[in-house]
Amino acid sequence: MQPILKVESISKFFGNLIANSDISFSVNKGEILAILGENGAGKTTLMNILFGHYMPDKGNIYFKNKPLTFGNTGNSISLGIGMVHQHFTLADNLTVLENIIIGHKSLFSLDLSKKASIEKLNSLIDKFNLPINPNAMVSDLSVSEKQRLEILKTLYKDCELLILDEPTAALTPQETEALYKTINNMVKQGLSVILISHKLHEVLSISDRIIVLRNGKIAGEQLTKSADYKSIASLIVGKEIQYPKKTKSLPLNKILKLENIFYETDLDLDVKIENLNLELSGGEIIGIAGVAGNGQQNFAKILSGHVKPTNGKLFFDNKEINTFSAKSFMELGIAYIPEDRNKDGLVGDMSIWENAIMTETSNREIVNNFGFIKSKKSKEKSSKICQLNDVRYQSIDQPSRLLSGGNVQKLLIGKWLNRKPKLIIACQPTRGLDEGAIAAVHKMLLEARKNGNGIIIIGEDLDELITLSDKICVMYNGKLSNPLTSSNIEKLKIGMMMSGEGF
Amino acid sequence: MIFDFIEIFFTAGFWAATIRIACPLIFATLGEVICERSGVLNLGIEGIMSLGAMVGWTAVYLGADLYSGILLAAIMGALFGFLHAIFTVYLGASQHVTGIGITMLASSIGFFSFRLILPSSTTPPKIIPFEKLDIPYLSEIPFLGEALFQHTPFTYIAFASVIIIFWLLNSTPFGLSIKMAGENPMALEAQGIDVLLVRTLSVILGSSLMAVGGAYLTMSAFDAFYFGMINGRGWIAIALVIFAAWKPERALLGALLFAGLDAYQVRAQQLAGAFIPYQFFLMLPFILSIAAMIVASKRTRYPRALLIPFRRGERH
Amino acid sequence: MINFRLEERENRNVRIQILSPFIAVFVSLIISCFFIFLAGVSPVDSLKELLIGSFGSRNAIAETLSRATPLILTGLAASIAFRAKFWNIGAEGQLYAGALAVTFFGTGLIELPSILMIPFLFLVGAIAGGLLLLPLVLLKNYFKVDEVVSTLLTNFIIILLVSYLLEGPWKDPMSLGWPQGASVIDQGVLPQIVARTRLHLGFIFSILFAMLVWIILSKHLIGYQIKAVGYNSSAAKHSGIPVLKTIFIVALLSGGMAGMAGVTETAGLKGYLTLDLSPGFGYAGIAVAMLAALHPIGVIASGIFLASIYVGADAMSRSMNVPSYLADVIVAITILCVLVSLVMNQYKFKFSGLKK
Repeated sequence: MQPILKVESISKFFGNLIANSDISFSVNKGEILAILGENGAGKTTLMNILFGHYMPDKGNIYFKNKPLTFGNTGNSISLGIGMVHQHFTLADNLTVLENIIIGHKSLFSLDLSKKASIEKLNSLIDKFNLPINPNAMVSDLSVSEKQRLEILKTLYKDCELLILDEPTAALTPQETEALYKTINNMVKQGLSVILISHKLHEVLSISDRIIVLRNGKIAGEQLTKSADYKSIASLIVGKEIQYPKKTKSLPLNKILKLENIFYETDLDLDVKIENLNLELSGGEIIGIAGVAGNGQQNFAKILSGHVKPTNGKLFFDNKEINTFSAKSFMELGIAYIPEDRNKDGLVGDMSIWENAIMTETSNREIVNNFGFIKSKKSKEKSSKICQLNDVRYQSIDQPSRLLSGGNVQKLLIGKWLNRKPKLIIACQPTRGLDEGAIAAVHKMLLEARKNGNGIIIIGEDLDELITLSDKICVMYNGKLSNPLTSSNIEKLKIGMMMSGEGF
Repeated sequence: MIFDFIEIFFTAGFWAATIRIACPLIFATLGEVICERSGVLNLGIEGIMSLGAMVGWTAVYLGADLYSGILLAAIMGALFGFLHAIFTVYLGASQHVTGIGITMLASSIGFFSFRLILPSSTTPPKIIPFEKLDIPYLSEIPFLGEALFQHTPFTYIAFASVIIIFWLLNSTPFGLSIKMAGENPMALEAQGIDVLLVRTLSVILGSSLMAVGGAYLTMSAFDAFYFGMINGRGWIAIALVIFAAWKPERALLGALLFAGLDAYQVRAQQLAGAFIPYQFFLMLPFILSIAAMIVASKRTRYPRALLIPFRRGERH
Repeated sequence: MINFRLEERENRNVRIQILSPFIAVFVSLIISCFFIFLAGVSPVDSLKELLIGSFGSRNAIAETLSRATPLILTGLAASIAFRAKFWNIGAEGQLYAGALAVTFFGTGLIELPSILMIPFLFLVGAIAGGLLLLPLVLLKNYFKVDEVVSTLLTNFIIILLVSYLLEGPWKDPMSLGWPQGASVIDQGVLPQIVARTRLHLGFIFSILFAMLVWIILSKHLIGYQIKAVGYNSSAAKHSGIPVLKTIFIVALLSGGMAGMAGVTETAGLKGYLTLDLSPGFGYAGIAVAMLAALHPIGVIASGIFLASIYVGADAMSRSMNVPSYLADVIVAITILCVLVSLVMNQYKFKFSGLKK
């Protein structure tokens, strides 16, 4: 078979970090090639080089036997490479059609020829069965519609090689299935596909060939029909990771009770919260499942005191809470691990020790009576927190942005655990971490549960939630389902609920 | 007494003045709309307007014709816009500080060159500015004719530019790219378009409009150049952009509303000057600008990528 | 097409960081030579005149230092605010607010012995400057009104207010028609510190304030909170740092410093309030702060440096016939050069041609 794409010894460095090292492979026409690997293995970097976002430091790429010009998305597109990014690359303030036709005509041509574009778009919509309204504003689309739009964007440009980067990350199991049907349909019509994923069983069911990346290098390659789950899994991880085991739960007294919580604001992007009820005991983990954008952000903001519900009651330790502020909730004993750890977690330009004491500014050990910071004491305390939670660093004075993702998260959780909280709210606590760090974070959370903490984990990764949680609630369109207890936690059922069944 | 204040609205002179006062604001606000729509706050506006006023006037004073004066002002604005873009777009430096720096640089270079060309004199020299151009037939309509159709060509250019910019932003590939660059630059790059180029061109285009707005003051509204004649109009334009929700058609509305209030206060001042000091009337535009931003805040939707530099090849 | 990218440096080079303001100054002087050249005179001679005019005699040095006094204070105002990413461009207005406070309290309303009167005037000046900023903080917080625009607009409002007061109720009847305020009482006047020059006690005060600000920013919880809010206000908020309160403190400190610049000019240099009290000290303070990389001690040096440019340019303009606006050109170029050096500290430039 004729390879449509040939990648020859590509290397890419970010500072000292080796993102890709000497990678070579090829893609055949009409083939689905899956690239597997854990977070940080270099999959997305490699694809961004292919598509022209990044410049490689070494190597060559040939597409249809012609060398690729690096660092120029326009060139990759015109050759016939299309990419659906993990995070949607859409402008909310434009329509579906406008998002598609930008870049199709010269920047300086004087008309958009919308009419012809609509015709072409409609024929693609029919051909590949990807229904969407060309004149809808992107801000009004659902997640799966946005995904469809992303695929249409590439088809519209007559793409011959489609790169899909974690396309199912934000989809329910049912939507995932529909997407794979579409992909199969496209391949039948002659398209080649590179599929980036970390979901092994999905890859095994759809791809023709699998390449596994580990630490920026190719760790192995296999035809899917001769591959088995176990051997690929060990290729991905490299070494066996010991995941912590959940011990039997021993729920203590009630810590948190939500009664008919409503929340609505006109400024917000997330959906409104409607009639939320929840009870949580010490020593218990409740997982909140749901597709992102169904009110999880607002829910987390309420639980951490960042916003006040418009209606309803919140009881903490059997007392009704009326003051809502990040600080007062912190003082009550609530720890909040935000979803975006770089934006909301640590101050990257401040040192590790300055970050470690940020929640301790009313502590007299750290700040003296005149408000001056005792830097020696602070550093001692910070070293202790880091040691206890296995945060690895070169110097306690180095800016925290130089820490790896796993160490950032360990420092962040460690800093909060140091306050001995009663309730922990963790949003996507392992997003983007490698397996080792995920195991460490799981261990920290399960340890806290053993110590009698109540924990709420808001997440999208169903497997993780099922492993960690004692109960699972599903959030859909601002509403929360009744908790499912371990006996009736079933992945398929949760998936159905995530797309609105039972609400 | 109260009738005198109402009567102002029924004079054609008031409406004609409103349109005159609106013109520099229209140019400046449109210019800032284009910059901000692409994701770049351009605080160089005040200085670029001042420089445009000086360049346009000086060119005519030194013998160029009026339209060349406008063109030269636009080119000078474009140059400073390019400088702004090098800093904010290519280097990704702070848009706030760059803007203030550009304002200081543009105005001080303007003043410096003006003094070089014209050593100080007690009465500032004058040029023959744009003259009124009555639109045939329309200008003869009673009241409306005097209010709307007896203006200088420069004024008509201002109104035409609203239509052009509206068309540019909504119906051309470049306009869509500007809007996408200010909303989600990554999306633009994923469509194969150079984000930095789109932003740079936007800042250049926007800045040249600002300079033309300044030139309107010395070439159509007045006939001489004074230091400090921009007098905060650039900052007011920035407030108007927010009030206009980054839309050219609303920028026109905002500029007219604002100019109307300004024209009104000048007339009211003549009536009430005896018991209200003139400084309070002069404060009005600035107070109104702040008020306009407060009013707009509830429904404001900022371009999402405003103030955020886009660095190619950076990990997002 | 040339492919140009910025790549973040893993480690910031300390030596470059210290050198960069000097390089920025050097480059801005080179560029200004071009403008001197445009004026048709020799750049070397002109810069020599500039140097003599600012440091060439006892009197010149005293003049430079007295000009540096308000610049150091407005420079501190910008440093504090910019560290918190609170873009206070309103130092000019806050300076006049401080001057108004001095005129209100210091021209006879309150009489205290010198040792109390002078600190009292600094206090009321600082409070006036700080209070002027507080409503703008609220507007930013509750109505998302950008502080750059609101502080700039406020400058115009305050100057019109000063104009009204000086032409109306506060006009000094002895001033023969010229709009100026009544003289500050003798106990309130900042004494000369070098005989037969205009250098006054305000200079010492400005140095002391710079040190005080340095201690607060580097050792005190307030400085720590300002840093956290400035670098990442969202993360600071999530860690329980009261962001709004911190910005309030920043506004009070920043506005206070600018207000005290009004005090030194009214009670020190002039002795009374005039409409041309400040030839743009508030705006020049931004350059002072940037050149000092927002470091309070650095502000002393950069304040003196920029003062020497202003004083020297005046002298140069008299003797060489180069418009004194050259000083403003140099200051503006300095800001831009510092910006470039800041970017270069953080990023490496990477060029690459078209690869085939």
